[in-house]
Amino acid sequence: MPNFIMSFLDSKAAVTPGAAGNQFWALMYVLIIFAGVSVAVICMNWIERKALAHFQVRLGPMRVGPHGLLQPIADALKLMLKEDIIPAEADQFVFWVAPLIGLLAAFTVYTVIPFGPSQAVSDMNIGILFMLGVSSLGVLGIVVAGWASNSHYPLIGALRSSAQMVSYEVAMGLAVVSAILMTSLNTSGTGTLSMIGIVQAQQQQGIWFIFKFFPLGLIAFAIFAIAMVAEVNRAPFDLAEAESELTAGFHTEYSGLRWSLFMLAEYAAMIAVSSIAVTLWLGGWMRPFPNLLHAAAWDFIFSLFPGLTFGGLAAIALIGTARMPAHSFFKIQRAGLAVFAGLLGFIALLLLAIAVAGRSADASLAARFNEGIGYVYWFVLKVAVFMYLFIWYRATWPRYRFDQLMRVGWKVLLPISLGVLILTAVVGVIVS
Amino acid sequence: MSSPTNDRSNLDLETPDKTYLDSNELIINMGPQHPATHGVLRVILKLDGEKVLGTECVIGYLHRGVEKIAENRTYTMFNPYVDRMDYVAAVSNGLGYCEAVEKLLNVEAPPRAKYIRVILTELNRIASHQLWLGTHALDIGAMTPLFYTFRDREEILKIFEKYCGARLTTHAFRIGGCQYETYAGFEKDVKNFLAFFPPKIDEYEALLTTNRIWLERTKKVGVISRADCIALGVTGPVLRASGVKWDLRKAQPYEAYSDFDFEIPTGENGDTYDRYMVRMIEMRQSLRIIEQAVNGIPEGPIMGKVPKVVKPPVGEIYHSIEAPKGELGYFIVSDGSTQPYRVRVRPPSFVNLQALDVMVRGLLVADVVAVIGTLDIVLGEVDR
Repeated sequence: MPNFIMSFLDSKAAVTPGAAGNQFWALMYVLIIFAGVSVAVICMNWIERKALAHFQVRLGPMRVGPHGLLQPIADALKLMLKEDIIPAEADQFVFWVAPLIGLLAAFTVYTVIPFGPSQAVSDMNIGILFMLGVSSLGVLGIVVAGWASNSHYPLIGALRSSAQMVSYEVAMGLAVVSAILMTSLNTSGTGTLSMIGIVQAQQQQGIWFIFKFFPLGLIAFAIFAIAMVAEVNRAPFDLAEAESELTAGFHTEYSGLRWSLFMLAEYAAMIAVSSIAVTLWLGGWMRPFPNLLHAAAWDFIFSLFPGLTFGGLAAIALIGTARMPAHSFFKIQRAGLAVFAGLLGFIALLLLAIAVAGRSADASLAARFNEGIGYVYWFVLKVAVFMYLFIWYRATWPRYRFDQLMRVGWKVLLPISLGVLILTAVVGVIVS
Repeated sequence: MSSPTNDRSNLDLETPDKTYLDSNELIINMGPQHPATHGVLRVILKLDGEKVLGTECVIGYLHRGVEKIAENRTYTMFNPYVDRMDYVAAVSNGLGYCEAVEKLLNVEAPPRAKYIRVILTELNRIASHQLWLGTHALDIGAMTPLFYTFRDREEILKIFEKYCGARLTTHAFRIGGCQYETYAGFEKDVKNFLAFFPPKIDEYEALLTTNRIWLERTKKVGVISRADCIALGVTGPVLRASGVKWDLRKAQPYEAYSDFDFEIPTGENGDTYDRYMVRMIEMRQSLRIIEQAVNGIPEGPIMGKVPKVVKPPVGEIYHSIEAPKGELGYFIVSDGSTQPYRVRVRPPSFVNLQALDVMVRGLLVADVVAVIGTLDIVLGEVDR
């Protein structure tokens, strides 16, 4: 193996490939993250439809694959095969480029998301600033899409979206600043904007920022949690696509692959903003109580979690297989679900094997994998909670009206976040 | 009576005016294919940004000439047609028609038939309100109540199906009474429903009644004053939510409604929230009526003395009932033959829809769908 491949894997000094200057691994990380996010979006698509269906006393997709497991794939295929329509009156080039802008903005954010202390493409010293800046570029795609469609409903949707994002960005930014202020404590007044640095600051201070200066951290987190829903145009702030008002809002004129790019961008953006929330307030990649339960035995127990999670999923799939009706009509579905359960079980065994093999904290490859899997697992788990919340919001709440949304943004969230920011600074000075 | 405030003289839908700077007013078509116009209603909106300057309803996409059909059918043959007007409250439509013809014939349904009619009509009122609630909430963005209401509406439709074989366009009643005796277990089914449904109303209310977003979206939205309601001829829950205690079941009792003890809920502000509350209370009041009716259902025949060939004497009649959506009236002119000379239907949806412009002026686009939902229109009935 070439040295530039192995050297990075072996290195004890955990740095991101970007920081190590290892462009091969930087590219590999980009590809892994791109594939991972795409898979996550597909999973999210299925989970959203199933969870939403069960909220609403229905079954959701059941026909394509066992329990509709292949539905997202079937949908993706369908969307790719659909006729690519560009309205005659549309601005062709802008219409074409709009979904790409949204997609690009959503995916670029992932370059600085730290899935672990070294599990990120790059560790920018202005990470959070970069993240906020790029993620808010997503609105450009929406505005441009609405404008280029040359149609009334998309135009209204685009205008709504831009106004909404601008007003929520402010409160969001102030909430982020109050979290950044917290990083400067105990480190002689030098805070950090680096995403990895923020998580490490939480580790050093021994507390997730959501609990810091209770309830200040919690309020800032709550503001961010509300603003991020508005930021990604999800219910109850889904005014830009408000189905019952604007038919489909900014993507009314889009169909097929282009439409699916918008969806991909939306879900990728959801995961991205959830990642910011997790990084800033929920300890990022850290497992629960890393300082309190830091013995090697605890490390081992927590490292079993990824394997056990997949084992649990495999068990659920197995129960599903057993509960399939005995009718011959379900023969293929049952076999499919059994294979799926086997796949999950295999992953579970693999993860458990890595956990066992890598339990001694030496520099072996297994130990390094074990460590990395642990980081990514806890990070993804926390993000998954947010993704579930997104579904839950959508099932529960009616949609805000445009003016009410603006009022909440400017008159409620902004003053509160300003107050929290000032109080955080004051308390921080008093404490340190 | 003051004239309603729907002066449309400033509404020119052909040329959008300049607003300010270099911007124009926007004229958009909401419908006839739109998720929130409940069928094929087309509303032309004149917008300044998102603010509604005026509306124009274009209807007729579902026109089937029901009134003209009546002139070429016998009285009995026309009976099923009325079910197709307000298809979510087919039982009420049939009741109104049957009663009007009965009045014309000067016959009366026997007491048992009347009680059966009341039970089914009130069940249908609940079903209609459930459908309204689900779609109204969906328009405002709450998806979930729709599925809950449809799940529970199923129980009512099952009773209909067992009673007369049809779920939607039931043709449950005949001129002079009912064709079918209640099936074995009818009373048990209805009583089961009475026990089953109140917790479900609580469930809907838990999702909506005190929901902040729901309150913001419905309070002070689509306000219509008492005077405007009366001047426009608006009836039903919309009128009652504006503070007018007018319900034909109390005002001019028909069927057996004078036997029952129930209340007419009214609102105060005439806004969307009051209309919501009025309908929610109406569902509970309907349950009260059904309970009294099913407990006091008399024995006896179910068909009055109606001749084989319905041939009313020359004359005319206007009879109206309180349908779920408001006053449903039938004006029937008889020339002494077996076919009506003219049937004119006064559909509550059509009349209530005329209040749309008054209610949405100055509101935002999002409120237009909320107001269309709260008016509870069925296009089958608007267009006939």
